Amino acid sequence: MLKLERRASPSTMWTAATPLLAVVLTMLAGGILFSFLGTNPVEAVRTIFWDPIFGEFAFYYRGQLLVKAAPLILIAIGLSLGFRAGIWNIGAEGQYIMGAIFGAGAGLAFFPSESFLIFPMMIILGAFGGWIWAMIPAILKTKFGTNEILVSLMLVYVAEAMLASVSSGLLRNPDGQGFPGSRNFKDFPAAHNNFLIESAGVHWGVITALIAVIFTYILLTRHLLGFHIRLTGESPRAARFGGVNPTRLIVICLGLSGALAGMAGMFEVSGPAGQISIDFNSGYGFTAIIVAFLGRLHPIGILLAGLLMALTYVGGDAAASTLGLPAAAIQLLQGMLLFFLLALDVLSNFRIRTSKTEAA
Amino acid sequence: MTGTNATLLKVDGVTKAYPGVVANDTVSFSVEPGEVHALLGENGAGKSTLVKMIYGLVQPDSGQMIWNGAPYQPATPHVARSTGVAMVFQHFSLFEALTVAENVALGMEDPPTMRLLSQRILEVSETYGLPLAPERLVGDLSAGERQRVEIIRCLLQDPKLLIMDEPTSVLTPQEVEILFETLRKLSREGTAILYISHKLEEIRSMCDNATILRLGKVVGDCKPREKSARELAEMMVGQTLHIPSREGNELGEVVIELNDLSVTATSQFGTSLKDVSLSVRAGEVLGIGGVAGNGQDELLAALSGEAQAASAAIRLNGNEIGKLGPNQRRELGLLTAPEERLGHAAAPDMSLTENAVLTGTIRENLTNNGFLKWGDAKDFAERIVKDFDVRTPGPENSARSLSGGNLQKFVIGREVLQRPVALVVNQPTWGVDASAAADIRQALLDLAVGGTAVICISQDLDELMEISDRFAALNEGRLSEPRPTEGLTVDQIGLMMGGAHDMEVSHVEA
Repeated sequence: MLKLERRASPSTMWTAATPLLAVVLTMLAGGILFSFLGTNPVEAVRTIFWDPIFGEFAFYYRGQLLVKAAPLILIAIGLSLGFRAGIWNIGAEGQYIMGAIFGAGAGLAFFPSESFLIFPMMIILGAFGGWIWAMIPAILKTKFGTNEILVSLMLVYVAEAMLASVSSGLLRNPDGQGFPGSRNFKDFPAAHNNFLIESAGVHWGVITALIAVIFTYILLTRHLLGFHIRLTGESPRAARFGGVNPTRLIVICLGLSGALAGMAGMFEVSGPAGQISIDFNSGYGFTAIIVAFLGRLHPIGILLAGLLMALTYVGGDAAASTLGLPAAAIQLLQGMLLFFLLALDVLSNFRIRTSKTEAA
Repeated sequence: MTGTNATLLKVDGVTKAYPGVVANDTVSFSVEPGEVHALLGENGAGKSTLVKMIYGLVQPDSGQMIWNGAPYQPATPHVARSTGVAMVFQHFSLFEALTVAENVALGMEDPPTMRLLSQRILEVSETYGLPLAPERLVGDLSAGERQRVEIIRCLLQDPKLLIMDEPTSVLTPQEVEILFETLRKLSREGTAILYISHKLEEIRSMCDNATILRLGKVVGDCKPREKSARELAEMMVGQTLHIPSREGNELGEVVIELNDLSVTATSQFGTSLKDVSLSVRAGEVLGIGGVAGNGQDELLAALSGEAQAASAAIRLNGNEIGKLGPNQRRELGLLTAPEERLGHAAAPDMSLTENAVLTGTIRENLTNNGFLKWGDAKDFAERIVKDFDVRTPGPENSARSLSGGNLQKFVIGREVLQRPVALVVNQPTWGVDASAAADIRQALLDLAVGGTAVICISQDLDELMEISDRFAALNEGRLSEPRPTEGLTVDQIGLMMGGAHDMEVSHVEA
């Protein structure tokens, strides 16, 4: 008989090993799934996980890796602060869209200026757009005790509706023959988030994501605010006793995650996506939730998880074009990753005993 | 012990081990019909494991039990109950939103109709002097009344052996007397009672025989009436007890003052504080007694700053601090240690160093522009560990890994070492072994000698009598007028605690 026995404290070994094990299980389950779809499972898994880094066309895919990873990491880092404190911002997608609208809108308002101040201003306004969108659930929660999960999630759909509205209205390209979508930022150099190192896919968003990782690492390990965030997540009552003001913490955590998601949206729309369009957002705000958990809410872990998740995007694209796998299969793969990770968490908190003998 | 035939339950060489600890090591004793038998021992001595085996909740690794001459190995509490064993737990398992009768029915194998059951509850409650109305909601009952629900639930099964685990820890002295009357009556009718406690005076007045456990082993048997409380304590602890001492010290100015402090309870079954007033001088210890759930947690929260009060309701050295948060109060020197160690006074999965930071950032100056000085924090944690003899391999270990007593020493030590102007502690020695408890009390007294105003909230009356200069009791959120401890009788204390909560002893026939 299998029996679960609670560990005195979570096992560090398993906490580190479960993400890897989850990846392996995802590959196995994904392989089975692909074989049902009529694809050779080994080839599919290789196309998704191996070829983008080491394959024949890796020179192209490697650059894509950082382009996809940067927004995921930037958003996930912000989310992890809240998640650590038990504040569940599920609406990063909405904050990401609002950041893009604010940032891009501000830049487009000055077209065709060549001032070097345009791009920094867009970064700030992008952060502001995400921040203000996150303040809605924050204020509703602190003033009226609403559930931030529901409010932030519902605001995603509001943001999507606004995106649809501005891309065919307010921000539509006046020279675009009536097609929806804004001007392309390629034609607006002062506002374009261009590659700094093209072959590696490094743009300002990548740099910002790296800075965010380092900043968050220092915040969590060295700073009193980071200590309070961890304390609140571990034990809310002890945190109150220790003088943590829950209202302040909710506003800070939601605000920071909103601002980072907003910046990510701005970098995406003014660079890789190129323009505000109805569907420039590719669900990064939701995928980042998986990234945050896959990375164990730890900055370095998120950095690695972001790269891994980017790999599934890039590899998924490759598999879609070369093997004809449906795009939904890739989303399934990403979902499985989170599923296996959460299921395996049982191993870090429990020990499995095989019989009912209780050893002395 | 007259012979095998007369013995109701014989426990013979029973051993039970858990990973890392032998809870019971070849324990033997026997109980006869009508005997009140005490199991005496400190926390962790193995009393609870032992009775759980008798009640079928835990299976022994080796050894045997004999019930009325036949082997007895209950696999489940169900088997134990049908054999005739009943148990009243220390922590009640009652639903607050249901009535007394509904709660009783839930615990029965085959409950009769509500009407019939109510009638039987009334019968039993009258016979045994345990007045209880079957239709009342359990949420509205006092702790003493809730215990009656549990006892009546047991008595309806007509048990041969009634196990009571720390039954008086939630009762006023008057309620204890009512309970004892009931138990004596049961004993006269031939029901054996296995009575678990570490309260020595109770055992001396109540029990015929005692088996004393220490670290899982039987270390002695005695007739408690023939021993002094001190002798029993030393058998239990296994060493000579150090009794905290204090020198009469001069009292200074009033340090902390409450004026008509009222705080509304945040939870449904919490207790609101109503017009609590008190003042404590420098060098004085005020003891606050009372049955659990009468506003102790709320009073601590109001003093720690976790709950907000009217600004002028709390004064520290004349400053109005009722609206200040926990850290602002710490800055002014008002420190507190809550009852719940894990999850309130300390974060379970964080290290001792991090837990030292939890309350020590301000007075120990553990931050620099918002950045934590981990080196200094570790030094502070090590100082607590050393000065308060906290048994742990080092401050990097998590709070959860410490035993209750050791963590309590850490939590109290953390506040004591921060040189408080006023210190408020709630249940400072709850679940702590006798010698560690004596050390904690001594530390509180030493603080008072050094000029700190100390408020000690506790349910242990002996503790309060030992260390406090004045005594007051909380009853339904109100605080009685504090009176000098010297010369207070148990009866007076009981009345301050709310007497028997307006319950009377029914006529118990002999």
